[in-house]
Amino acid sequence: MTKTIAEINEKISKGQAVVVTAEEVIDLVKKKGSAKAAQEVDVVTTGTFGPMCSSGAYFNLGHSKPRIKIGGGQAYLNDVPAYTGVAAVDIFLGATAIPEDDPRNKIHPGDFNYGGGHVIEELVAGKDVRLVATAYGTDCYPRKKIETLINLKSINEAVLFNMRNAYQNYNVAVNLGDRTIYTYMGVLKPHMGNATYSSAGQLSPLLNDPLYKTIGIGTRIFLGGGTGYVAWHGTQHNPGALRNEKGVPKRGAGTLAVIGDLKQMKPRYLVGTSFIGYGCTMTVGIGVPIPILSEEILLHTTITDEDILAPIVDYSEAYPQRKPDVLGEVSYAQLRSGKIKVKDKEVPTASLSSYSRAVEIANTLKDWIKKGQFILTQPVALLPGVESGITLKGLEERPINNIQ
Amino acid sequence: MIVARKIVLRFPPRLVDQPIIYRLVKDYDLQFNILKASVTPNEEGILVLELSGKKKDYDEAVRFVTNAGVEVQALVKDVSRLEDRCTHCGACVTMCPVGALVVDPQTKRVDFLDTKCIACGLCIKPCPVRAMEVRL
Repeated sequence: MTKTIAEINEKISKGQAVVVTAEEVIDLVKKKGSAKAAQEVDVVTTGTFGPMCSSGAYFNLGHSKPRIKIGGGQAYLNDVPAYTGVAAVDIFLGATAIPEDDPRNKIHPGDFNYGGGHVIEELVAGKDVRLVATAYGTDCYPRKKIETLINLKSINEAVLFNMRNAYQNYNVAVNLGDRTIYTYMGVLKPHMGNATYSSAGQLSPLLNDPLYKTIGIGTRIFLGGGTGYVAWHGTQHNPGALRNEKGVPKRGAGTLAVIGDLKQMKPRYLVGTSFIGYGCTMTVGIGVPIPILSEEILLHTTITDEDILAPIVDYSEAYPQRKPDVLGEVSYAQLRSGKIKVKDKEVPTASLSSYSRAVEIANTLKDWIKKGQFILTQPVALLPGVESGITLKGLEERPINNIQ
Repeated sequence: MIVARKIVLRFPPRLVDQPIIYRLVKDYDLQFNILKASVTPNEEGILVLELSGKKKDYDEAVRFVTNAGVEVQALVKDVSRLEDRCTHCGACVTMCPVGALVVDPQTKRVDFLDTKCIACGLCIKPCPVRAMEVRL
């Protein structure tokens, strides 16, 4: 039995598509068997909602009168610096950018209360944001300074463009040291006082299509409460990561670069986020529909938290020193039970990504598809797979000694 | 009837140097456990404690401290969660020393059990979306 995306879309348009979430499909296939379920089910929806640092948005601000060439100058949105090294009134704001007068970690651990992710959340909520920009002035762009309020309605384009989201699996973080550490995996208590993790596990988009059989460039997705698209594979996409016999990664592996119109997104799914002692970021909601084109594709979506293993990594030494040491592997079922065993010690666990909101996203996407509001797309190219030979490079430093 | 309540006492500057808690033990036969104590820069004293003893004694003791000029407030009012802000990720659960923040195994949402909360504040800054607030 095989189906095409065009056939599935026809059913979606008629409001007849059978859509289930990646959680619901598990029991459904247990009950009906995979052959029958593959005939019946058209789409499986996934979801994830977690902090994703490689996120940001670009804006075209419109031209002031007289004109200003912000390109090559400086621009701030609510004091948060944006990148200006492009054309006159295009700027890019990254989720981790922070105001220049933020005290950072001068008094450790810093609070990091407000950054680029918070600005994006406020814009999406419809709020006014202060734009302050300075420029050097040219004959055609004479102005050197502008201070004004802007909002999403007043500017031309506002496009969310995230270079790396939706990591396929991730580390479990612990601290073997003897002092509390403040990391992007949250506050880690000494002597393995806690362990943190961040994946939607059985609901996570790329864990339901582990070999990238359906997700590719041009895949239409739920992004930040609106619709978006997979633009490319994400940075650090590492299909060659260690996998189990079914091809499911046991380490961080694939990633997605995603894009979408910020103007139709919602602040519930793009949330400004602060990691004490580490920095600012944004929590992003993503849901990817998986078209059930074959029984094999369906079977991949039946993955459970018991089946997915993640590596336990020490963030006091191994992570900062880029040592490959892994303290062990645990399943997401164990992680969600509230405690895991590491080196014979019982360690309480905490999640950084919200499973309940991942469920909400998968259900929302399911509703959209069932109502015929969300049509699937045929990717123009699939993501690079294991066969691509892509590996993750470290930065090996070389001395700069040929300066005359 | 025996009661055990967690309360916040606010001492105006003129009372900070008086042995009021001593009187609770001596005159009202109450047990106390200090959970938090601080004096603010403008010299107001804030004391979070658990008081236990006979209901009658407890009520009289509260009347005594109130008459002395100390403001008494139930502790539960002092830590709150911004429900719209919380994403139910669960980052807080291993920060809380008394199990007042727990993941519901069914819904996977984080329950805030404010009767267990001792208002220590350890959950405030580790919350990635800063949904927890302490007001003392």
